[in-house]
Order: sequence, then C-alpha cells, then structure tokens
Amino acid sequence: MKILVTAKRVTDPDAKIRVKPDGTGIETAGLEYKLNPFCENAIEAAVSMVEKHGGEAIAVTIGTADVEQNLRTALAMGCERAIRVEIADDQLDSDLTARILVKLFETEKPDLFLLGKQAVDGDSNQVAQLVAEMLDLPQACFASGIVIENGEAVVTREIDGGIETIAVKLPAVVSADLRLNTPRLPTLPNVLKAKRKPLQVLTPAALGVDTALKVATVAYEAPPQRKGGIKVKTVQELVEKLQNEAKAL
Amino acid sequence: MEFGLTPDQSALREQVLRFARQEIVPRVREHDLASEFDFDSWRKLGEYGVLGLNIPEAYGGGGADVMTCVVVGEALGEAGVDGGLTLAYGAHSFLCADTIAAHGNEEQKALYLPRLATGEWIGCMGLTEPGAGSDAAALRLRAERVDGGWRLNGTKMFITNGPIADIAVIFARTDAEAAHAGISAFVVRKGTPGFSAGKNLHKLGVRTSLTSELVFDDCIIPEENLLGMEGMGFFVALQTLEWDRSALLAPAIGTTGFLIDRCCRYAGEREQFGRPIASFQAVRHKIADLKIFQEAARSLVYRIAWCKDQGQPMNHLEASVAKLFVGDASLQPTNDAVVLHGGYGYCAEYDVERVFRDLRIAAIGGGTSDIQKMIISRLMGEGV
Repeated sequence: MKILVTAKRVTDPDAKIRVKPDGTGIETAGLEYKLNPFCENAIEAAVSMVEKHGGEAIAVTIGTADVEQNLRTALAMGCERAIRVEIADDQLDSDLTARILVKLFETEKPDLFLLGKQAVDGDSNQVAQLVAEMLDLPQACFASGIVIENGEAVVTREIDGGIETIAVKLPAVVSADLRLNTPRLPTLPNVLKAKRKPLQVLTPAALGVDTALKVATVAYEAPPQRKGGIKVKTVQELVEKLQNEAKAL
Repeated sequence: MEFGLTPDQSALREQVLRFARQEIVPRVREHDLASEFDFDSWRKLGEYGVLGLNIPEAYGGGGADVMTCVVVGEALGEAGVDGGLTLAYGAHSFLCADTIAAHGNEEQKALYLPRLATGEWIGCMGLTEPGAGSDAAALRLRAERVDGGWRLNGTKMFITNGPIADIAVIFARTDAEAAHAGISAFVVRKGTPGFSAGKNLHKLGVRTSLTSELVFDDCIIPEENLLGMEGMGFFVALQTLEWDRSALLAPAIGTTGFLIDRCCRYAGEREQFGRPIASFQAVRHKIADLKIFQEAARSLVYRIAWCKDQGQPMNHLEASVAKLFVGDASLQPTNDAVVLHGGYGYCAEYDVERVFRDLRIAAIGGGTSDIQKMIISRLMGEGV
C-alpha cells in the first residue's frame, strides 16, 4: 500500500502572533514553527497502516528549505521518503497548494492520500476537498478512524449529532481529525536515521504547475483589544449601565 | 567556524524538549523530595533512545556524536529534567557504556552494550576511593591475579548509580610498585560474591541519582572481565574526561535556560510597589547574569564536544576551564535566581532551589574546582 501524506509546517500555536506594522502579513522574525498537529495525525495513520499492510508512506510538503525540518520529523516517525516543492509560504493559496499536491499525486500514484484536515495557522480547511475534486476521487474528510479492507477505506467521521461511517473506494483522499490517533514521539535513533532518508526537492515549474494565485490578501490586522471588565456596587448601577452604556435593555 | 545549531540539531532539541516535558518532568519534584531514583523515567529514557544515544548502532545504540549528545543533554535540562536523572544517565552512558565501547573487546561489547543501550542494565563507574579523590592515581583497591581471574579487595566511594547498578567499570591497582601504570580497568557484575554496594548517601543535590560506596571483599572475577590492557587503566579513566567535560556538563547549560524561563515568568507576574518586579533593574540584572553565564558556558562546552567530534585530542586546559566555569560561575546567578523568587524560591514548589542544589555538584564531581585550577596553572607552563 502506497500512501502520500502531508507534513505542513505551521506557526507555533502557543506563540503570540504579531501583525506587521504595515499590515502586509505576519511578523515572522523570532517566530517558532511546528508540524501541523492534524498532519501529525495523518502521518501516524499512514505509518501505522504501512506497518500493518506493508508498502511505503511518502511525506510531502510545500515551502522553502527551512520546512525540511518538519519533513525530517515525518521521516523520523516512519515515512520512507519525503518530497518538498520549493515555493515560499506567502506565495500560496489553497488552490495553488491543491494543484501542486494533485501533480504529486499523479506522479506518485498512491493508493491513499492522507492530509491533515486543516493547518492550525491558516485554518482554511480546503485543500483535501479541492484535491479530491480536482482528481475526481472519493473523499472522506475529518476522519476519526480509518480501516482498510477489500480495496476500500472505511472511515468514521464525526458529524453533528453522531458518528458517520462511510466506505470509499481506493484510491481516495482522506483528511485526519485530532481523534484519529495519538501521534508517536519518534525515538532518538529514528530521528538520527531520518537524516539519511531520501528527500527530493521539486519546483512548481518542473511539475508543470502555474503559480498564479486566485486569492489576493488585502490586509492583515490584529483583532481589537478587549477592554477589561468592571465591578458594579449596586443593582441600580448595573441596570443603568446595561441601559445606557451596553444598550442591552 | 560555526557556533549555532544546525537545523537538524534544532529539530532534535525540539523533539527532546517535547519528550521530556511530557514523559519525565511531571515526576521530577516528587522523586527529588523523596531522594528516589525514578525507574519509570529511566525506562522511558531507554525506550526513547537517550541511554543508548552514544553507543554504536551495531550494539543497539544511536551511534550519535558528542555534539548530538550535548544537544540532547541540554534539551533535557532546559525541559526541567533534574540534575540527578541527567547525572545517572551520564554515569551510565558516558562513564560506563562508553568506556566499554572504547576499550572492550568484541565479547564484552556484545554482552554489555545492547543491555546498557536499552537501560535494561544500569551501569556505573568506580574511580574515586575514600582515600583517593583529586589524587586519583593514589587508588588502593587491589586486584591480584588468581587462577583464571582476579581477586579484588578495597572500597570505592561516591559512586553514582552504585546502589542500583547491574554492572560496574572499576579501576583497580594491579601493580603496587608502578603508580599510573599500575592501574587496570575491570567490569564487575552485580551479584558477584564479595561485591556489595552500600546505602544511598543523602546529598545536597542531584538527589534522584543514588550514590554509594562499593565494597570488594575477596571478590573473584574471571579473566575476561579485564577491560583493555593490564596497566592501561589510568588512560582509560582519562578518556572518560572528554565526555565528563562536554556531554555531562550540557544539562547544566540547559537547566540555566529553565531557570531563566522561571525567573522571567515570575518577575513578570509578581507585583510589588504596584508594578511587576521585572520593572526593577536589580531584578532584570539577575536574569541578565543567568544569560551571561549560560552563553559563556555553552561556548566552552560546545568547543570540547566539537574538538572530540573532529577527532582532535582533548585539550586538558580547555576542558578544565569549562568544568571549572560551569561549577563556579553558576553559583552566583543560580543563587540570585532563588533570591529573585523570594520566599517562594526557597520552597520546593518553584523548582529553583532544586536547580540551585543540583548544580553545586558541578564544582565537585569529576574533579573539584581546586584541582581544575591546579591543572590549568600547570598547563600554562613555567611562567605561572
């Protein structure tokens, strides 16, 4: 079984994000990065499927050389090899990302394409769906369980009010939710061995992808500062403030 | 020359921080207060690959170079792993396992290293004796040839992992006449008749590492337990210093980062005179002093590790400077870190007093600061 799996770099979800003074983007100086938690779930699922059914898991990502650190993590977790497509983060939108991944799918011809359901920084939640649509493949998004049997992936998905179980024919596109599994911490010998695993670098041009964007970012701005609360002494004062200041009554 | 970490090393640091914070650190305070070795953490360190990191891949280890071990040790300290556990790890991996990897024959390596790599067996190293500390060559533990082996008689002192070790690398006198050349190294297994460990000694710091004397009373070991050549023991012992002055010091650099983090957080939250104490210059200077110590210590320790990885012979002067600096120059800033926290700092809950206590071993273990200064001045030549 051959599995393609994403390993996207995201800004540290615990870090404080600052918008550049001119509003053209996020201040990246001193920012720490991590592997997208949803991608970690996808990688864990890919690696454990390969452990069970044989085959290979290939980690893919798009970005400049510094995202290779995250690909190495995927390799340390057990992926056999990795592919990086060279293009800067700020020159991407969901559509271009999907079109690049489609090309990788067509080159590698995997049985399954696993993605994190969304990146925890951009939170777009579009790429898996776009990829499936462009490839005209079945999709199963927000997977909380995946079982491979008889050429199908039986996927449980958390939906409003319950759990839906669907079966999709392989090859298929599946996006991982947090409850899919607990990603392993790669052991140190595996981290060291990951340095020696093959990592291929491709360019959009080599893949024949047009890098024109469909989404233009107009401006970034920080959410308005919240004001602190106040304590009132009497009920009358409360009613008065609700009426005149909050205009809630 | 390159002083920063490579992307691979930074990634490794991230991984270890995450592992240690998740799997080890939550139990640190409990074990420190009870002066207990944490067998759960030990098992996890083994499974994660820390204990075998420097052991060759052929014997089940990670085959890592010294700089990699330094990065890992530093990250363990930074995460908040206590000095006791990192010392137990250092004694096991660098003083015991590495000595066997460097000087053992094929049978010895195949027998001991895979079990040390996983942590299934705990290792220790015995050089110091009640009457031979700084003057290590004065050791008196006697090894006499008997039919088919050796008979050991004598006592080792302050042996890290002594009470729990499954195997011990022991330096003993095989020739009473020759001083340095009369010392040989041996491996002694737990349970060998005549070999026993004393009770755990209660210490100022590094309390989760167990320390005891080792007693040899007509202890007979077979011929094949000789490690390296007869009479070469002192040189075997000297080689462990390269690890002692690099990877074993690395957790102290990391733990300083842990203190900085604690101090910044406390100083930002604690308010006196109507403002955070971080706004007072006296408080800010204490944190700056920690940073200054950390950066200087890091440069010294990295250099020792880098030289060993380049295959250069150890520069004893530089090694002594690094060892002394970590031990002595850490005293004031780590004390200040406790003072910055006021009464809370003196209590266990804030962990800073534990770090302060743990770091005090750096000026004593593996050679006191006094002996380091003696070495430094001697190596500076006639003019001193």
